[in-house]
Amino acid sequence: MNVLEIKNVTKRFGNLVAVRDVSLDVAKGELCAIIGPNGAGKTTFFNLISGFFPPTSGAIAFDGRAITKLATHERVRLGMARTFQITEIFPELTVFENVRIAAEVAGGYRLRPWINRSESEQIHRNVEDTLKLVSLETKTDRLVGELAHGDQRAAEIAMALALKPHLLLLDEPTAGMGDQETYHITQLIRRLHRDSNYTIVLIEHDMRVVFHLADRICVLDQGRMLAQGTPQEIAANETVQAAYLGIAT
Amino acid sequence: MSAEQTRKLIALAAIWITLLLAPYWMVPLGGYTALATRVLVLGLAAMSLNFLLGFTGVLSFGHAAYFGLGAYGAGLTLKFLALSTPLALVAGMLLGGVCGALLGTLIVRRRGVYFAMVTIAFGQVFYYIAFQWSSLTGGDDGLRGFSRQPIDLGLFKLDILSDPNNFYYFVLFCFALAAGTMGFILRSPFGRTMIAIRENERRSRFLGIPVERHIWIAFTLSCFFMGFAGALYALVNNFADPRGLHYSQSGDFVMMAVMGGMRSFWGPLLGAAVFVVLQDYLSSITVNWMSFVGLLFVLVVLFFPRGLLGFIQRSKA
Repeated sequence: MNVLEIKNVTKRFGNLVAVRDVSLDVAKGELCAIIGPNGAGKTTFFNLISGFFPPTSGAIAFDGRAITKLATHERVRLGMARTFQITEIFPELTVFENVRIAAEVAGGYRLRPWINRSESEQIHRNVEDTLKLVSLETKTDRLVGELAHGDQRAAEIAMALALKPHLLLLDEPTAGMGDQETYHITQLIRRLHRDSNYTIVLIEHDMRVVFHLADRICVLDQGRMLAQGTPQEIAANETVQAAYLGIAT
Repeated sequence: MSAEQTRKLIALAAIWITLLLAPYWMVPLGGYTALATRVLVLGLAAMSLNFLLGFTGVLSFGHAAYFGLGAYGAGLTLKFLALSTPLALVAGMLLGGVCGALLGTLIVRRRGVYFAMVTIAFGQVFYYIAFQWSSLTGGDDGLRGFSRQPIDLGLFKLDILSDPNNFYYFVLFCFALAAGTMGFILRSPFGRTMIAIRENERRSRFLGIPVERHIWIAFTLSCFFMGFAGALYALVNNFADPRGLHYSQSGDFVMMAVMGGMRSFWGPLLGAAVFVVLQDYLSSITVNWMSFVGLLFVLVVLFFPRGLLGFIQRSKA
């Protein structure tokens, strides 16, 4: 069954067509990587999926449900979580507090002016498990804004995971990272995919990461879907090599 | 219990003891009980504004409107409806809160300076209504002809009109109720979503928080607290003033909150205390008292960006 079904979406900004007639199906448990040169429309495409803005035309379905017109927070409630190219966190709160907000919202407590002990303990366990998953369990009381870049990225992923999503959208998870940090994040995503069976769509520039992780690769170029296929197929695809891989490697 | 929790508990106890004993230490220091009462009421107003400003990160520059509405609500109730102090307080709170809730629906989609401008504009609407509708509100002269009524406690009646200490403790009780409720909300899951919105609106949205709706709730709650404070203020003065609705009054509240420290719960109370005491002392010396308060404000903003309380907390830690 497909978690995400995107049919012929187009996004125009005035005269600029940022995304042109792109279709994509993501199966449950799949890890799909979106690559493409700068300005190819990758992040715009992500914004369409996550509801940052609506598409000019086309349709998006999530878990078999039409979500084209739903607001961001409604998509999140249906089980879609995302991270950003530039980390979006609550810098002046601790790691624990960051993830707790996500866990409480996901638990349906966001409008509650109180929380009882057993609910609170449940949330605590949930937060601690999530932090363990991203290896931040020793830094729970640190302010997120004071962490190293890689740990901030991990904290952002932890917030997304605390939402217990059916679909995880990661926008350049290794952006701005050194080799060591890139390695750790790649291992983390691999664990989430292989062990915890998350369905993941990610945008990534680092080809080592992409070819290491992806079940399927989609290549965007000038807003169009240039090609999609397994890593082997993409590596062998001459159009892709000409447009993108040749430059990158 | 961790050291930090202990320290917080001690600080909290110190605040409440100071407030409980205020009539006994203020008089020997050259103050008077009614001044302490004013500090409490204006402090509550500044804390109500800060509920929105400091904890949701949204600056309303028209909050005096809901303060003033609370004052008129209480005054009109006492004058025309019933001679009951509790009823007047409830009526004032409801008038401020309900008006805030209605206007809030129009305001919460705006952000930053636009939010501030729209709140000023709506605030001024109420100012002009109070100013022009003389037959009901007394116009420029303000609403007179009412006074706070004794509180019926069943066994005996508490005289809060002529005994300043009794009135102080009545106001302190009301203050404690409101401040307690605020503190309770801020520590709840909903309160944490407010802080989330303050810290990062985009992230909040992508955690599944409908940001506008949450800001609206915070705005409305803040207006209810503001209306309550305004109703108390009408009881303090036995008078409701149209200038209590004016945006310059809103500015005073913002000043109190920022001066005291808008990231801390108690900061605005400290800011209000400094403001009110300085006003009381300086205005008997010079008509230009506001220049001195303004100068202090500038100094605080320049040198203690986290406000007076923020500075005290930092130097202790």
